[in-house]
Amino acid sequence: MVCRMVQGFFDHYESEGFFDEMFDGDGKVRPHYQRILERFTEMDAQTFERKRALAEKAYLNQGITFTIYSGDEGTERIMPFDLVPRIIPAEEWRHLERGLEQRLRALNLFLHDVYHGQRIIREGIIPLEIIQTAKHFRPELVGVDVPHDIYIHVCGTDLIRGADGRYLVLEDNGRCPSGVSYLLENRQAMKRVFPHLFSRYPVRPVDKYPQELLSALRYVAPHGNPDPTVVVLTPGIYNSAYFEHSFLARSMGIEIVTNQDLIVKDDVVYMRTTKGLEKVDVIYRRVDDDFLDPTVFRKDSMLGVPGIVNAYRKGNVNLANALGTGVADDKVTYYYVPAMIRFYLGEEPILPNVDTFLSAVDSDRKYILENLENLVIKAANESGGYGMMIGPKATREEIEKFRAAIIADPRGYIAQPVINLSRSPCYCDGAFEGRHIDLRPYILMGEKTTIIPGGLTRVAMRKGSLVVNSSQGGGTKDTWVLDEGGQPC
Amino acid sequence: MLSRVADSCFWLSRYLERAETNSRILDVNIQIALDFEENNDAKARQQWMPILASAGEQELFHQIHGQVTSEAIMDFVTFEKTNSNSILSSMTLARENARTVREQISSEMWEQLNRLYLYLQSPAARTAFRESPIGFFRLLVDNLHSFQGITDATMTHGEGWQFIQAGKYIERADSTSRVLDFKYHLLLPSGEQVGGNVDITQWMAVLRSCSAMEAYFKISHGHVTSWQVAEFLILHDTFPRSIRFCVDALDQALHCISGVDRSHFSNEAERLSGALRSNLAFTTVDSIFRFGLHQYLDQTQERLNEISNALAETYFRWT
Repeated sequence: MVCRMVQGFFDHYESEGFFDEMFDGDGKVRPHYQRILERFTEMDAQTFERKRALAEKAYLNQGITFTIYSGDEGTERIMPFDLVPRIIPAEEWRHLERGLEQRLRALNLFLHDVYHGQRIIREGIIPLEIIQTAKHFRPELVGVDVPHDIYIHVCGTDLIRGADGRYLVLEDNGRCPSGVSYLLENRQAMKRVFPHLFSRYPVRPVDKYPQELLSALRYVAPHGNPDPTVVVLTPGIYNSAYFEHSFLARSMGIEIVTNQDLIVKDDVVYMRTTKGLEKVDVIYRRVDDDFLDPTVFRKDSMLGVPGIVNAYRKGNVNLANALGTGVADDKVTYYYVPAMIRFYLGEEPILPNVDTFLSAVDSDRKYILENLENLVIKAANESGGYGMMIGPKATREEIEKFRAAIIADPRGYIAQPVINLSRSPCYCDGAFEGRHIDLRPYILMGEKTTIIPGGLTRVAMRKGSLVVNSSQGGGTKDTWVLDEGGQPC
Repeated sequence: MLSRVADSCFWLSRYLERAETNSRILDVNIQIALDFEENNDAKARQQWMPILASAGEQELFHQIHGQVTSEAIMDFVTFEKTNSNSILSSMTLARENARTVREQISSEMWEQLNRLYLYLQSPAARTAFRESPIGFFRLLVDNLHSFQGITDATMTHGEGWQFIQAGKYIERADSTSRVLDFKYHLLLPSGEQVGGNVDITQWMAVLRSCSAMEAYFKISHGHVTSWQVAEFLILHDTFPRSIRFCVDALDQALHCISGVDRSHFSNEAERLSGALRSNLAFTTVDSIFRFGLHQYLDQTQERLNEISNALAETYFRWT
């Protein structure tokens, strides 16, 4: 089946007019990819296939899988992993770091403001209705102080590059962003499969993430407790991200708990241990607000801990991320982030947004409805690639369905022009072909802001697809940030 | 340590030991079958049905397979998903438990367990099983032994490890008693004498299924009698699969968990294990046979069960 030589793989490689990470517009390899290209060209097809199988097997044996439910049995799949790394030169990364740090600083100030004085509303930067109608705004949290005024401790900001290669912010994930375990495991897999590549590239390591996360979590303990008990709260082993929850708990050396391990007594959270009840100070929770406490939010939640919100409001326990951060990653709020940066920081945004139209604004809505077939429409509160329509690829019925939905609920939708995401070569059925990618860096906020070099590069594995989410058939790549001054040798 | 985690460590270990027991029993039964070649249906029924320990299991077997054949029973005990005691079911449950405590056990432990589970699910396992059942069960036992070696070498010998030990030894004590009892149910063909060739071969098979043959012959000077084998497998103080050894190790694990001196007890589980331990230390094989071997083993299983319940009550159920 696959028996020709790999150098043939790139012979017919075409950028097809998209911004390609590896080749420039003239089809010449970009300097930071030179060594990679050589290495891949040296290899024969059998070797490449063997390495691919090796990586795949490592993921399967470690149980780095997510579960797909179909028929009577859930089957475990590994997330497709592509062996061509995505490489970011040092200078490019420095620019991204500055932009991400700035953005998270503004978002945290916004969250504090929105749950306290609401100066940004009073001064007319964001309309009151936008906040009041945000699905994830939590009136229960107004006036509640959180340690060090940090709301988003872990942020996953999705970046894309358009046709000109400029980085744009696509969305901020300030609730429970997932995927960091793939970033860490991808690096392990690459080291196992291509050990020699790392001696030729000054790649910045990523493996300090769990320790950085733990120190951020410890920093935000209630009452400045210097030796807090920190735990990871998971919905349980049937959650598709359970591997990640367990991976993080293991790498931080802390307990992973489910709701059944926790109990609230007199507004203090305890866990059930073999020695009796033990007080818990900080919870890195991977359970959404809605399911966290059946006495406050959804009554039907089977994953919640009754009484935990009161314990939180009393300041006896801290949650990361804070409750109510969803108001900041609402896609309508997203529109206002550049304005927030100017308002709170008096700075110009370093990383621009994608142009966005709000269907809640009359003039924008008119434009949106007239141009549905050319725009990307997104529901304001969905994530994971759900609730969106890519106009040029949509059927007549889909377009009409979204038209009706927008008219019925203007606040619920935004529109953006179609961005042709940059592409990177991916191995597909025996040859390399361009596939669209994005980048999700992970930003931690504790005593200082830490950004793990790179992030998770997600790949839309289906030919021509612009949707990178794993639930929609996406895969991943290892992401290399090169060290300052270091050159591939 | 979280109660739920302790519970999972305990059970993951029990399920693995259970899978090992089933592999051993099947292995040994195949070997006995090979020794007596004139096989027919009645013989097969006589030899293979006792493997199905409970009436419920036998009923389920008949629902799935019309005829009792050695292949059908082996398949039922090895791969049948609806049989909650099958090797595959035990491995699945062990893995589910391990999944919930992945951050407590070492990656090496998880990978070994997961690899074995994935193998059992694969067509390769079916092929190996068909080609050489003995080879297949040996492979399973070897891999389960590797898991124990990996556990001892890579996991902190703290509380979680002690719960794993407790699970392992309580299940193993139970398993040895069942293997012995299995021989009790295995009828001798008509005309065969107690102490005759067939009887001896069966007792040797029992020893082999407990990996006890070599250790046994070192002290028995070549004689194989029911009394000596029973004495060895119940009362030997240093053979690691004897009931006495296992109960002693269980008792030790319980005291390591509580931190209480072994001459005292601080909870019901310790009281019960201490009582069983001293019974095993001070009884003789004569009195066991006077009491009735089957009755004694039955009672021992009952007592192990009580210890397991008391352990759960003590450590796993906080409100």
